[in-house]
Amino acid sequence: MTPRERAVEAAGRVRDPEMPMLTLADLGVLRGVEVGPDADGEVVVASITPTYTGCPAMATMRDDLVHRLREAGFPRVEVRVVLDPPWSSDWISERGRAALRESGLSAPGPARRVSGPVPLTLGPARPAPACPRCGSRATRLTSEFGATACKALYACADCLEPFEHVKEI
Amino acid sequence: MNDDHGSIFDGLAGGDSAQWAFGTDFEDPLAGVDTTVPEGVGHAELAAYCLMLGDDALIMSQRLTEWCSRAPDLEEDIALANVALDLLGQARLLLARAAAADPGVVPALPEGSPVPPEDALAFFRDAGQFRNVRLAEVANGDFAHVVVRLLLFSTARLALLERLAGSVDTVLAAVAAKGVKEVAYHRDWAGRWFLTLAQGTEESRRRLDDALAGLWPLLAELVTAHPVELALARSGAGVDPATLRADVDAVLGQVLAVSGVPRPPGGESDGSVGTGRDGGHTPALGDLLAEMQSVARAHPGGLW
Repeated sequence: MTPRERAVEAAGRVRDPEMPMLTLADLGVLRGVEVGPDADGEVVVASITPTYTGCPAMATMRDDLVHRLREAGFPRVEVRVVLDPPWSSDWISERGRAALRESGLSAPGPARRVSGPVPLTLGPARPAPACPRCGSRATRLTSEFGATACKALYACADCLEPFEHVKEI
Repeated sequence: MNDDHGSIFDGLAGGDSAQWAFGTDFEDPLAGVDTTVPEGVGHAELAAYCLMLGDDALIMSQRLTEWCSRAPDLEEDIALANVALDLLGQARLLLARAAAADPGVVPALPEGSPVPPEDALAFFRDAGQFRNVRLAEVANGDFAHVVVRLLLFSTARLALLERLAGSVDTVLAAVAAKGVKEVAYHRDWAGRWFLTLAQGTEESRRRLDDALAGLWPLLAELVTAHPVELALARSGAGVDPATLRADVDAVLGQVLAVSGVPRPPGGESDGSVGTGRDGGHTPALGDLLAEMQSVARAHPGGLW
């Protein structure tokens, strides 16, 4: 393997601190891993983007990337923040969506794309998602905001369990 | 599965302090982002503009944070905390952007202070140096008050961010493009609760009407241009807030119509009175800052 392939593989194993069933790569927040020479030798530059602007896990993601890359034999690691383009839930990989469902979370549908002003939505933001536990469509929104910035809360009328839905943005 | 995160307490026993808790090891939110000021944009004006938008977000976030554990139910408590977190994130980027554009805006701290510029701006400026609109700072009231305040604030901010996404300043453009997605959720939450309270009980309607009457006059400040905003708009880096009026009117008109609430009178200030954009604030901001800044000021050498 080339150094870059080794670095990509090591960075690709780092999991999200708040949704550990996903790797940062599956979540779409790992935007790039490059290995390059600089004046002092070899340096790995990993780029990450926040899911939401206020995401409090960015420092933890950075530290985890640094630790994993050091373990993989790269003593010098720089983690950069990328703000543009903004993260979209559409970037969650198929593998990531399957992992969400296996963990009892509802995966996001397609993010809404609008040109011009964002329309006001006074009704439901999305069709009610199916319950990830029992598959029932008889679910209701309990809150558009959840335990982390990226999730909404639902409850299932059939199995009576609450569940989290990763929001479309 | 939790191999990266299962042992945060190891750090407390002398390991890597960066692992103590989220945010313990402070990170420059613009690490690696190109903060070169575009040609034709004044450094000082860009910094002043970023303080305006950043302070709006910071002060609004602080007021929302005061709601923690006080909302009518757990879901709404979490919603308000989420909105506050989004706005705090926007504030961090905007204050950091202000400091990068013109380090002269950052209050001087004792040499060797580990306080990063965004924190120095948040915790070591006095009320007269804040540039937020007064709508963000007035003291919290009841639940109808926070719903109305957030509806007015997020409607104007969403219209602003939609335009600011086209800024010639790539940092502002990126912050705005991301903020659009977040603030759209804030506005929808406030709009739904406005409708619910309007059509709820006599008591909920009375409280909504009171909140609307009290807060409506403060909307004008968000859609009235300050010279700094005009200068930034001319250079393509900012937005003239007067251009937001049609969109703001349309959205608020839609919410009022669906809710069956008549439009309050007035709301178009002539902009000649001193405003928050000039550092003219209500006593409520001083009270807010006294609480928000007390710990940081008591420990100016502290590392958070």
